[in-house]
Amino acid sequence: MTGPLAQTFFSVSAAPPINFNVEALGNLFWQLTVDGLAYGSIYALVAVGYTLVYGVLRLINFAHSEIFMLGMFGQYAVLMLLGFAPSGNAYNEGTVMTIIYLGIAMIGGMAVSGGAAVGLERLAYRPLRKRNAPSLVFLITAIGASFVLQEFVHYILPTLTGGELGGVNAQVPIRLVAPEPQFTLFGATVTNITLIIIISAIVLAVATDMFVNRTKFGRGIRAVAQDPTTATLMGVSRERVIILTFLIGGILAGAAALLYTLRVPNGIIYSGGFILGIKAFCAAVLGGIGNLRGALLGGLILGVMENYGQVLFGTGWRDVVAFVLLILILMFRPTGILGESLGRARV
Amino acid sequence: MTNNPSFDARPKAGVGDSFRSWWNAQSRPMQWLFGVPFILLIALLPILNVPVLTTVGTNFGGVMAQFGMYALIAIGLNVVVGQAGLLDLGYVGFYAVGAYTVALLTSPNSPWNQTGPGGWLSSDWAWLACLPIAILITALSGLLLGSPTLRLRGDYLAIVTLGFGEIVRLLADNLEEITGGGRGLSQVAYPRFGTTEEFPLGVFSAGNVGKTLNSGVWWYWLSIVLIIIVLLFVGNLERSRVGRAWVAIREDEDAAEIMGVPTFKFKLWAFTIGASIGGLSGALYAGQVQFVVPTNFNVVNSVLFLCAVVLGGQGNKLGVILGAFIIVYLPNFFLGRTEILGIPIDGDSIAEYKYFFFGLALMVLMIFRPQGLLPVRQKLLTYGRELFVAARRRQHDEAAAPVEVTK
Repeated sequence: MTGPLAQTFFSVSAAPPINFNVEALGNLFWQLTVDGLAYGSIYALVAVGYTLVYGVLRLINFAHSEIFMLGMFGQYAVLMLLGFAPSGNAYNEGTVMTIIYLGIAMIGGMAVSGGAAVGLERLAYRPLRKRNAPSLVFLITAIGASFVLQEFVHYILPTLTGGELGGVNAQVPIRLVAPEPQFTLFGATVTNITLIIIISAIVLAVATDMFVNRTKFGRGIRAVAQDPTTATLMGVSRERVIILTFLIGGILAGAAALLYTLRVPNGIIYSGGFILGIKAFCAAVLGGIGNLRGALLGGLILGVMENYGQVLFGTGWRDVVAFVLLILILMFRPTGILGESLGRARV
Repeated sequence: MTNNPSFDARPKAGVGDSFRSWWNAQSRPMQWLFGVPFILLIALLPILNVPVLTTVGTNFGGVMAQFGMYALIAIGLNVVVGQAGLLDLGYVGFYAVGAYTVALLTSPNSPWNQTGPGGWLSSDWAWLACLPIAILITALSGLLLGSPTLRLRGDYLAIVTLGFGEIVRLLADNLEEITGGGRGLSQVAYPRFGTTEEFPLGVFSAGNVGKTLNSGVWWYWLSIVLIIIVLLFVGNLERSRVGRAWVAIREDEDAAEIMGVPTFKFKLWAFTIGASIGGLSGALYAGQVQFVVPTNFNVVNSVLFLCAVVLGGQGNKLGVILGAFIIVYLPNFFLGRTEILGIPIDGDSIAEYKYFFFGLALMVLMIFRPQGLLPVRQKLLTYGRELFVAARRRQHDEAAAPVEVTK
């Protein structure tokens, strides 16, 4: 090839836009793994909301990311009511009181998210179910609801709360816990925040798993996921099961919201749930959507892989790694790592 | 995506039914005879400056130019979502690929700039020459994304395309040496046409402002020409074997496959054709604003495009154009308006809340009119147009003069 075309296409000598920093990945491996697990457990908790609703209704609850976002505002409002002024500086209340305050804030976040999720189901999805709408209609409604909730916090919440909550800018953080290294594991520093996130996530995940797999209500959820018609004939109230799944998903999203704000104190903003929600959905698909344990596993894998990718390719590539991972998994294993049935999750 | 038979998406009778039946009964030349003046009227809207329609806070020509672009996008997305029933949440990705193709080839900031000395693009014709390249490259990107992902079920496809849209934007943001990253690429080429002493850069340049015939109006007219070409192309496809296969896939993919429709192949066709139309509108956009930055290709835009298609009526080409008009025009209509019909309103904040209202509109629409404002009617596709017109003519005549029923 000669001429200007060859000249310009082959003489480009720009610096490589992607770096392959294998050395840094090797040095930071365990640190990245620990941090990734902490971040991944937040994804995992949000992913459970997607997976349960999908398992029962075959619906991608696109607005679940906004349920999570409302949870962030919920726990923030509770902390403000408890008398914490948003200053950005860390409070030091002592270990016991901090845990109590965190517990109260988490319950606040759970209440707001759980309530919002059930409200969303009643107001937006139930009318469609009554009309027997096809799945595309559900998905578009979910997208609409996502817009409405975001813009509600963006524009209407500030006027309702006198500018205290919501608006264009992120909330000034209320920091109950300052990150402090606790111990080292394989050369990786484990901070108190990482510990809180991982321990809470394990407790919540085990509790949810027990609830779905061992209780009567959980059996109802699995029955409806497996075969709604037969489940109804056997005396399971489908409507009640649906409300229950939205409630569980919302509660876990609310808990995840508190853990997320510990990790990212400046993340409380109206648009703060969107990308995290998409990634949590990726996590659910990764593990096998509709499968509870799959969502938990998928969240952890996504969190860790993303962290590796961030160091290997550069900070800007973090999200790209997540989406490329999703596409690759779907190409080679379309039903996710653990398969997709909620009904068959426990044999 | 299987349709539930008990869910009746199509209304029994609508407001436009009599008009639709009359229109369908006309022959092709007659349709052109009525259609051309109507198109001319629509084209002249920004010049006629109708006091009710015109926008107060911003230039009406510019709004109409934006509408033309959105209409083109809506037609392209309609092929994918409305006709083939594949939910694409990352359509903005194709739009971005089209825009960046033009920008990379013609912007002086780009390492692949071909307009300067030594480049193979003459600066006067650069934009036009880039159009087919942009269409080709977006079609290729559609093929690339489609071939691994179109085997997935509907819901998965939606999320994978969403990921694709984000990946394209993030690539544009991160590949700083090529795309300029967050700074973007400026001085993108545009058609150098009608250069006079007053406008040394031609009527399409951003410098052409202030007059009635500003650059917005010119871009609007250009987009109308493109829309008509694309509509003819898509309309012919719709009436062909390809279009019938799409409808079959949309209604019931499994049944279509069993009846011998190669579903994967036709889904890939829909995806590629939709993508190339998206690329065309992206190229139009790049030329019009002469500046391309990653933030203009957020996922929110994808949702807005989808909103236009769903609002107007997925599957109906005229419907989605109406949807695009509503999406673009309504926020601009309220911009800067302080009263409407004597009632004082705060137009600026209504325009600002547009996503809130669009979201609400989507939710309400899905409950009460999921088929959109101008829903698609299933036509008799099998035997070609002549038979369809004949059948419609008879139906129309019967409706006009009902036959007396005697005992």
